[in-house]
Amino acid sequence: MSDSESTATTTRAGALARGSIGTPLNNTLAIARREFVSYFSSPLGYIVIGMFLLLVGFLFFIPFAFLTLGKATLQPMFNSISWLLPLICPAIAMRTFAEESRTGTLEMLITQPVRDWEVILGKFFGALGLLAVCIVATFSYPVIISRMGELDWGPVAGGYLGLLLGGAAYISFGVMVSSFTKDQITAFFVSFIVGAVFFLMNKALIFFGGAASVIEYLCPDYHFASIARGVIDARNIIYFGSVIFICLLATARSLESRRWS
Amino acid sequence: MATSDVMIETRELSKVYGAQRAVDRISFEIRRGEVVGFLGPNGAGKSTTMKILTCFISPSEGTAKVGGFDVFDDPLSVRSVLGYLPQRASLYPEMGVVEYLEFAADLRAIPKDQRRAKIKEVVEICGLKDVLAKTINELSYGYRQRVGLAQALIHDPPILILDEPTADLDPNESAEVISYIKEIGKTRTIMLSTHDLVEVKEACARVLIVNRGKIVADGAPDDLAAKSGNVKYVLAIDGGKDDTVRKAGPVIEAVKRVVADAAVKELPSDDRATHLEVNVKGSGDHRREFFRMAVENKWDLLELRREAVQLEEVFRQLTVGEGAPRRNAGAKAAVTSTAATKESSSDV
Repeated sequence: MSDSESTATTTRAGALARGSIGTPLNNTLAIARREFVSYFSSPLGYIVIGMFLLLVGFLFFIPFAFLTLGKATLQPMFNSISWLLPLICPAIAMRTFAEESRTGTLEMLITQPVRDWEVILGKFFGALGLLAVCIVATFSYPVIISRMGELDWGPVAGGYLGLLLGGAAYISFGVMVSSFTKDQITAFFVSFIVGAVFFLMNKALIFFGGAASVIEYLCPDYHFASIARGVIDARNIIYFGSVIFICLLATARSLESRRWS
Repeated sequence: MATSDVMIETRELSKVYGAQRAVDRISFEIRRGEVVGFLGPNGAGKSTTMKILTCFISPSEGTAKVGGFDVFDDPLSVRSVLGYLPQRASLYPEMGVVEYLEFAADLRAIPKDQRRAKIKEVVEICGLKDVLAKTINELSYGYRQRVGLAQALIHDPPILILDEPTADLDPNESAEVISYIKEIGKTRTIMLSTHDLVEVKEACARVLIVNRGKIVADGAPDDLAAKSGNVKYVLAIDGGKDDTVRKAGPVIEAVKRVVADAAVKELPSDDRATHLEVNVKGSGDHRREFFRMAVENKWDLLELRREAVQLEEVFRQLTVGEGAPRRNAGAKAAVTSTAATKESSSDV
């Protein structure tokens, strides 16, 4: 390396010329790409995809729910899959920050010229990418159903959108919990338990009396079911968007608090 | 910033964890092109200071600038001008060496058409040619450190902060890493934290010793050693035809006339010359006087060597000697004793 290259020029203010800093999009994509690829460098990615497809296949073929309705529909499958999200998403998100904190790679990452929110979004989208692979792998099911009868593709598209949005909400929660701890197993169980509690609350609204409507609105499963019916309601989109935003914001605060601890 | 030559600057920098002051109002400057050793015992505040300078953690008080950019106000610019190798460089184990360097180049926004050349360059500097096809988890610790160093160099930074780059390396690996640091230090400002004082003497022109969060010494390794205690001279004098010099007496007397309070010891020798070890208190340099002494007496001066007290001894005095008995005392006592240490070493 030549002297002229390595000895940066100084500005009038006495500071060095700023080094290269990537655009937010490039940095986010670079981190997301690394995160996504890393799932397939360990058994985790394969286990998650395998488990998801196994359970979805089980839910799809064993009850043959779509046949009992007398019409070609995937709605029973989507409804059944919804309970998988609180299990699968924490497994995907558990390592995002916890593992990096434990191994020390987070220090290497954060001391690069990247903004905290680029790191958070990169990890979030990397994890979402794995869920997207799981979801895309189920595309053969609507194709099979459509050969058995007239399939209304609106609810199918809605169901997949709901899966993606619901999954994104659970993943954002998992990412947030992962940023609070250095133990990915702890991150998994906390995310799973909280997700499962919200899921079950939606199934037991009768016990909440007057608060039932509020509880119902807070449960992701309610909004997912609504979208899976093929009704794209702005309230559902806003709900999922808000959950994702709040969780990622809390993740940012968590990262920030490390600096001051 | 005093001048544009100051690459790293701290002013009254502190970091407080609960009741403990990990870094206690330290101020120092590192100028362009300096390779500075940052020494101190475990828990002295070295890594904390480095983490502040790299914007990984925030200071509780005080200011710090790197490359003229404030670590608090402009962390992105700070990170853009420095390369950082944290203690026990943690790399993504599942990534290949080249894949990891490409990722680092990506985050450093190195244009795609320059990436291959940059990676090739750091691979050569850090000696990674033999392991390019391997994943990081297949590498020895020494090679992982080299990969960490390579990622720190990939954007050709003017400033490098290296936190114990040779920790846990075997002697051969350490020597190699230090030789890389010396090589890259020819064109960069480097702040190097290590426990190995031999490495410091080899690689660093200046040393900052930190103890209990405070800077207790700052200077060139030899100067620190010399200023802190006795200086030793080794003389070999041959009297030629003057047979009296074969007996050490006249030489010792002459030496005593030069430095009255010198402690002189005759060293064993297998030649006809007189070999002396002269211990002198203080930091002065008496070599010229010893030379004149030999000339005036018409003696042949075969050897004249000045050796400062070893840096290891200085380090021990500054960081252990006084503080050790109070190591388990409370935080308040620790701060007090550190202050005392600094006062006692203010002439260092």
